[in-house]
Amino acid sequence: MEQVLQAIPFDQLLIQTINGIVTGMILALVASGLTLIFGIMDVVNFAHGELFMLGAYIGVLIMATTGNFWIALVAATLLVALLGAVIHLTTLRPLLGRDPLTTILATFGISLVLQNYALWQFGPVARKIQEPFTGHFKLFYLEYPWYRLVIAGLSAAIITALWLFLKFGTYGIWIRATTQDRVMAQAMGIPVPWVLTAVFAIGAGMAAASGVLFGPLVGVNHTMGLDWVLKAFIVVVVGGMGNLGGSILAAIFISLLESYASLWVSPAQAVIVSFVVLILTLLFRPTGLFVPTPK
Amino acid sequence: MRTRQPLFYWMGFAIILVLLIVAPLVLPEFWRRFLTEILIWGLLAMSSDLLIGYTGLVSFGHSAFFGLGMYGAAAALLTMRPPSLWLAIVYGLVAAALVAGFVAYFSTRLRDIYFAITTLIFSQIFYVVIFTWTEVTGGENGLTFSRPALAIPGLFSVPFTTETLHWFVLAVVTLSYLALRRITQSPFGMVLQSIRENEARTRAIGYPIERYKMVAVMLSGLFAGLAGVLYAVQNRFAAPDFVFFLVSGEVVIFNVIGGIGTLVGPIVGAAFYLLLREGLSRFLTEYYLIPVGLMFIAMVIFMPQGLLGFARRWLNR
Repeated sequence: MEQVLQAIPFDQLLIQTINGIVTGMILALVASGLTLIFGIMDVVNFAHGELFMLGAYIGVLIMATTGNFWIALVAATLLVALLGAVIHLTTLRPLLGRDPLTTILATFGISLVLQNYALWQFGPVARKIQEPFTGHFKLFYLEYPWYRLVIAGLSAAIITALWLFLKFGTYGIWIRATTQDRVMAQAMGIPVPWVLTAVFAIGAGMAAASGVLFGPLVGVNHTMGLDWVLKAFIVVVVGGMGNLGGSILAAIFISLLESYASLWVSPAQAVIVSFVVLILTLLFRPTGLFVPTPK
Repeated sequence: MRTRQPLFYWMGFAIILVLLIVAPLVLPEFWRRFLTEILIWGLLAMSSDLLIGYTGLVSFGHSAFFGLGMYGAAAALLTMRPPSLWLAIVYGLVAAALVAGFVAYFSTRLRDIYFAITTLIFSQIFYVVIFTWTEVTGGENGLTFSRPALAIPGLFSVPFTTETLHWFVLAVVTLSYLALRRITQSPFGMVLQSIRENEARTRAIGYPIERYKMVAVMLSGLFAGLAGVLYAVQNRFAAPDFVFFLVSGEVVIFNVIGGIGTLVGPIVGAAFYLLLREGLSRFLTEYYLIPVGLMFIAMVIFMPQGLLGFARRWLNR
């Protein structure tokens, strides 16, 4: 750490750029699940951070039993996707057709329950996920772990897969049709309620995957979801609600700004930069930065 | 319904008021404090009801108004010699009004869900600022101070006891309730309700709805700040925990449990929630939020009118 503080700015800038892109990709993964759920279902998922956190915890448990990171990643994703489907069936489906605001209340309740459940089950002490490999490469004076780059690559791969699925997959086309016009989609024989359940499950699974991927970089504890969901909300507002590409750009943009800011101030204060971006966005482009200007 | 039976309404109002006045004389110490606390949280919930129930805006930013009221009161009590209750109220209200104005300016550009999210993020901004600005706000530890005396300059000055504090809080909450009731029944309140029912049509009729919403958020923030001042005076501290958005979430829970759009409902909801927490936390410690959360979800799905709305429908049957 001392080394980082004494080095000349150019190295630092490059390192912070890489750091920013890595966290940006994780954030993009979380935010794209959120924006998917919002854009398609009109549901603001307050429990998204808790799904992220539960994914990380399930990752910890499966790592402890199998010892294999990749099994943990896949299993946590599937289990949390299943949990997402159950949550949707039990709490969100009864609210279909009611004021979208009620879904905020319901998901807020879910987040309270999940967060305290995690505290009850796993206790307040942070857990750690072992990195799947510990290789480093030389970046100026730093030993930069390969794993971080792998996370960024994997996140990008997952998001690309989601995009391809939405663009070309049959079920992806169902999902897009549901977004465009629910009633018409229903009339064409698309089982809309099940599409919505599936979308919620996909979003939950993505949150869990990012939780497991990000677990090795920070401790896993019951409040880790809060930070992320707030950041993801900022990203989603800055990027334009329900706009997948916009949220990815916004996630990288905000993470880069924050990591540059942390060259000068503490990371806790660097968060303020993203708040400023949010305020400026609301002031000048309330529909989102990365959306074409409405005519 | 209230207009149809004004006599019943005022009789009920008087009975409850008398009960609340007498309560500290008969209750044991712990429950006296508890009742005062319910009234304070009830005021906060009521202020939020002006937005949730009457304007149709779910605010997750009330912790910021409440917390700034606390810190405003703390500023007055720590810097002014001798500490004055009235100055604490003025400082708290000014702080809450500034924050509410700031939040209102930005968040009322957005509707529905966007409003909820931006108010949430704004309350988080103030949380981070208060949490990291240790020199001024005391950071994580917050600020502690002594309680001012109940005084009117030149007339009298008595230190607060549990009873007088309760009566003082009761007086403030009752006056706020009457003020809020008047506001919601005024032409201004009618416009707010019409914004809730149909924003586009209200705009088409010619009301500048952004301005109405802004005033609504600011009024709501003022009452929330007042609740913050009362809480600071009762507990003699200001802490960043109360600016954290989970407090806003609790306030929304009070509203939904008690019944939105009723003003009284949120107080009932606050009482119910706090009693439930008190009861459950004796054997569940901090995990009481699991059953409370489940119950909250169930109420959102099955009983959207809340306890009060449910009771009212049941009585009318």
